[in-house]
Amino acid sequence: MPLALIIEQALNGLQLGLMLFLLAAGLTLVFGIMDMINLAHGSLYMIGAYLAATVAEASGSFVAAIAAAVGGTAVIGMVLERTILRPLYRRSHLHQVLATFALILIANELVRIIWGAQPVALNMPAVLSGPVELAPGLRYPAYRLVVIGVGLAAALLLYVVVAHTRVGMWLRAGASDREMASAMGVNTAWLFTAAFGAGAALCAVAGALLGPLLAVQVGMGENILILAFVVIVIGGIGSVRGALVGALLVGILDTVGRTLLPAVFRALAPPAVASEAGPALASILIYVLMAAVLYFRPRGLFPARG
Amino acid sequence: MGSSSLHISLRPLPTLLLVAALVLLPVGLTAVDQPFYIVLASRVLIYALIASSLNVLIGYGGMVSLGHACFIGAGAYTAAVLVRAGLDSAWLTWPAAALAGGILAAMIGVVALRTRGVYFIMITLAFAQMAYYVVVSLRVLGGDDGLTLPHRAGYGFGLDPRADMTFYYAVLGIVLLLMAGLRQLLNAPLGRALQAIRDNDTRMEAIGFPVFRIQLAGFVVAGAAAGLGGSLLADLNQQVSPSLLHWTQSGTLMVMVILGGVGRFLGGVLGAAVLLLVQELLSDVTTHTALGIGLVLLAVVLFAPAGIAGLWRQVAR
Repeated sequence: MPLALIIEQALNGLQLGLMLFLLAAGLTLVFGIMDMINLAHGSLYMIGAYLAATVAEASGSFVAAIAAAVGGTAVIGMVLERTILRPLYRRSHLHQVLATFALILIANELVRIIWGAQPVALNMPAVLSGPVELAPGLRYPAYRLVVIGVGLAAALLLYVVVAHTRVGMWLRAGASDREMASAMGVNTAWLFTAAFGAGAALCAVAGALLGPLLAVQVGMGENILILAFVVIVIGGIGSVRGALVGALLVGILDTVGRTLLPAVFRALAPPAVASEAGPALASILIYVLMAAVLYFRPRGLFPARG
Repeated sequence: MGSSSLHISLRPLPTLLLVAALVLLPVGLTAVDQPFYIVLASRVLIYALIASSLNVLIGYGGMVSLGHACFIGAGAYTAAVLVRAGLDSAWLTWPAAALAGGILAAMIGVVALRTRGVYFIMITLAFAQMAYYVVVSLRVLGGDDGLTLPHRAGYGFGLDPRADMTFYYAVLGIVLLLMAGLRQLLNAPLGRALQAIRDNDTRMEAIGFPVFRIQLAGFVVAGAAAGLGGSLLADLNQQVSPSLLHWTQSGTLMVMVILGGVGRFLGGVLGAAVLLLVQELLSDVTTHTALGIGLVLLAVVLFAPAGIAGLWRQVAR
């Protein structure tokens, strides 16, 4: 197994992990502060990708596309929060699951009606479509490096906001003990809407950035949504730091595992077994990780609540 | 012992009328020259059974499982493999499928029931996803395409399962039997304990009930019933595919349960019937049935969370 391939897969894993983090951060905050399971988070990611694709097609500018996606999705998210989701905070998790599942169905169908059932093209900027030579013999796509860069920048920004600003303090207080935070004078209504809008914006960034790499199609949100939930369960609900650690773990384990595990099996087991057992095990690796984490740390690695 | 509010009563006349209607349905459909709907009725009955098994988990047991589809898949694939191998007696495939569902439920339950709340939801989803990916990856199980059944499981006695009406009556028999059994279970001490644990597991633990074991028992029963339903689905469609284990299947089942009424005995039955019939009606009008279903589901959760059975109860009062 050449070193270059492993490094390339590790970088891919880092990229996936950072994008997962963008999704997981919003999800964990909503879950932590508002105690709400939001299955429609994946739909916001999908809407972000579709908005980006449409604006990119119309304007030819990738930057404009991302900006439009972020703005549009944040607005949609905040409107959703104010209208449909707010009554759900008081309800049981079952009702939240069902209501947001309904939103997934509605969002998927609306997207299908507006944009059609075929995948939509979102092309990366031409200037980034070539490879970059990171080291002699190690070339990596420029676009993916940019995605990693944006992901790291977003992670840094989130860290600064959550750990070093007043708003971040409110968020952490709300995630730790919502009633107490409200009693201490935090304007929870505004905070909830803003947190949801921020989460939606992050989803849109991830959707727009991943659009050129994965397909922009109906249902793209569900696949990544499950990964995001695995991430926040591993990381600990309500913790942005947990979301980062969990996302990197999941991203790297999943990507490297899919390359390494089949190779290991091919080396150790007869081909008939290896050709199936390897990929099968690789695809369930992250769920095994989640089960293992929950077994030893039932509240995740960095639970926000004491 | 007096009658408790938890007791699921069996009112003879309405029950008799319902059963009679179900028995006469295929005859009636054939008489008005619409035999196609017998197959739809069979599908409704099968999903009524599966949704009821989920209702036992969610409504009576308070265990919100997002991974119920994997038990259906276990039963369906077990039946498919047996029939393809030539062991095609229904008297074998049915118990085998139930066993498969039950065993899988025991394995998953032992781990999952150590968690609570949202973690339980997530871990049941995770296990179902694992099952899905394993099934998709294994070529012996047909991979992405799944398996086809050369024919339905046979019943003996000279009965031909290929006839839709015969199949319908077999399904009806099983569903009626299982619903009666579920009612017995829920009215029995185990069922009462399950509901008490749903309401306050800490108290039940403190009183001395083996909470984990009771919940596991409920989980296994639900899994076995779903597995049996899966084998019926395999017979109905004469094929099984990984989509049976997809988490959206679990979601659809939950929709049925809440539509019909969580924790009401006929909740699963009502929900399955309404959802499948609405889907059937809508699909004649538009391909975007999911939009209608989504809107209805949202409305039910926001405005009528007790479902149809709950509304009925309000109206009856």
